[in-house]
Amino acid sequence: MTLFKTFLGTAAALAVTAGAALADPAIIFDLGGKFDRSFNEAAFNGAELWAEETGGSYREIELQSDAQREQAMRRLAEAGSNPIVMAGFSQASALSVVAPDYPDTTFVIIDGVVDEPNVRSVIFQEHEGSYLVGMLAAMASESGTVGFVGGMDIPLISRFGCGYAQGVRAVNPDATIIQNMTGTTPAAWNDPVRGGELTRTQISQGADVVFAAAGGTGLGVLQTAEDEGIFSIGVDSNQNYLHPGSVLTSMVKRVDVAVHEAFTAGADVETGLFVMGLAEEGVGFALDDNNAELVTEDMIAAVNDARAAIIAGEISVHNYTEDGMCPVE
Amino acid sequence: MDKMPKWADVALIPFINLLLALIVSGLVVLYIGESPVEAMTIMVRGAVGSAYGWGYTLYYATNFIFTGLAVAVAFHARMFNIGGEGQAALGGLGVAVVCLSVGWPHWSMALIAAVLGSAAFGAAWAAVPAYLQAKRGSHIVITTIMFNFIASALLVYLLVNVFRVPGSMAPETARFAEGAHLPNAHAIAPWLGFPRSTPLNVSFLVALVACLFVWLLIWRTRLGYEIRAFGESETAAVYAGINPVRIIMISMLISGGLAGMMAINSVMGEAERLVLDPVQGAGFVGIAVALMGRSHPIGVLLAAVLFGMLYQGGAELAFDMPGVSREMLLVIQALVILFTGALDNMVRSPVQRMFLAMRKEG
Repeated sequence: MTLFKTFLGTAAALAVTAGAALADPAIIFDLGGKFDRSFNEAAFNGAELWAEETGGSYREIELQSDAQREQAMRRLAEAGSNPIVMAGFSQASALSVVAPDYPDTTFVIIDGVVDEPNVRSVIFQEHEGSYLVGMLAAMASESGTVGFVGGMDIPLISRFGCGYAQGVRAVNPDATIIQNMTGTTPAAWNDPVRGGELTRTQISQGADVVFAAAGGTGLGVLQTAEDEGIFSIGVDSNQNYLHPGSVLTSMVKRVDVAVHEAFTAGADVETGLFVMGLAEEGVGFALDDNNAELVTEDMIAAVNDARAAIIAGEISVHNYTEDGMCPVE
Repeated sequence: MDKMPKWADVALIPFINLLLALIVSGLVVLYIGESPVEAMTIMVRGAVGSAYGWGYTLYYATNFIFTGLAVAVAFHARMFNIGGEGQAALGGLGVAVVCLSVGWPHWSMALIAAVLGSAAFGAAWAAVPAYLQAKRGSHIVITTIMFNFIASALLVYLLVNVFRVPGSMAPETARFAEGAHLPNAHAIAPWLGFPRSTPLNVSFLVALVACLFVWLLIWRTRLGYEIRAFGESETAAVYAGINPVRIIMISMLISGGLAGMMAINSVMGEAERLVLDPVQGAGFVGIAVALMGRSHPIGVLLAAVLFGMLYQGGAELAFDMPGVSREMLLVIQALVILFTGALDNMVRSPVQRMFLAMRKEG
């Protein structure tokens, strides 16, 4: 009997170590696919960076349909992946159902909040970063008219747009802000031609700086801005290098850092709600050699002052998602 | 005399088409350096090798049965309804309205109301293109596909501005209350071994009833006869006293209603809330399903299960073979659609000739 117990105990211990050794992290990309040059790709870069640093391997799933969300989460959890990172707010609803079923697995959701003990929710303060690039846009603009090209009319993008508008108005209260959304289907995130058309329309209305928050569509915005000789502002990743001399700056959102942190910490990653704002360097504006000549010392100083003031709480940037309203048009 | 046996028409030709598609897919898999045999094994085992796999396969199949029947009914009246996508999206809206506005005491009542609601919304969305075709001669292909875009725009607007849960980022409705949750296969038949989270739900039975309904309608009623007569020859039908406006309107309304009913499976049965883009391309797959199923309910059912297998097997392939990206799966699915739908005549003519030659000899 005792022998049997020992045997069982050893088997159990073996099983546990085997489980721990198998615990590779995993990532689930949202419907946009991992090469969307924007949000998902940033997440992918974070995972790749981790793999490069540690030589480890991770599992990944690109969703094809909404019904697969739960399926993918359960598949990975049952295969022993830990932690499991989910990119995109659309996953929140499915995760809130799945997470309680796998209490020993840690889930990380980016851009969404799920209130479960084994979930780490990471959200970004896009409105703060957008505020800063809005200030830069207003300072760089000579016509007093700036543009914004969003992907779809959804709360996330309105948050970018609203923060941007507030930043523009903070510098130039009389500025005109032209806002356009690309479309109503997921194709809107990958329609550079339409992005270019919208940019031309905004230029004809006087805009000389255009901020694109539209995934792959933004590439068309940036290209058209260079062709027409105006400034553009990139999004999510640092896109300054795409068109040096024309891309004024980029509103960076460090999704890659969030993924990298979660992968590095492994299964023991701290759970709870993590807000990545300016203070945490989760969002910000990009400065490098490519835009050094476009952004003057004065502009940098002004934006850095605003950045410090936002962190200190002296300037409060309105968050569109709190009430679905924007104080400035 | 230039006819081949019925079994060749309904079984042999689709089978050859499928085989060709799989061979070409196998070459594609080989090209990216994976073993086609292993890929095929994973796909088949993933789709039908376990109760878990069947749950997903039949869940997808349920969607395709509804959209496939929708296209099939319209086909019989020679209407090419490619607006299933939009009609199903509106059906989803109907389901959401029904489920969110009333506190349902029991799912069976909620289901009946949701069937009516989704069918009404889907039919209403098909009514405008149908009217324009019947009265104004606007081509149904153009109008229905344009209505898909209007539907998605309407859905985005409503989800963001009307139905969204305050404070939530995601453009989707709140989860439906407990009383509007459809029991899934695990709850109905636990002895079949479906896992607790299987998406297959009671809507599958509704889909089977819909198949029967369409068969009765098309081949056993006067209206069905009129629809078929109109589809075969409009002038002959008019000469026989059949009112073309009436037939176009009725067939399109039924078609739109069937497409809308897809939402009881995906919106009410699986997601339990209305999300952006609830249809996920099932409206277009329905066209392939109807083509492959020869617009007959049995054929539609079988073709829908086949496409369900492709979807679920494809998902398993992506899980187990990291080299196979989801674009690859799209290629495989597209090849099946290409061979069964577009290249149908490529196989049909030689097979027909072969049968005729055999008959002459014999």
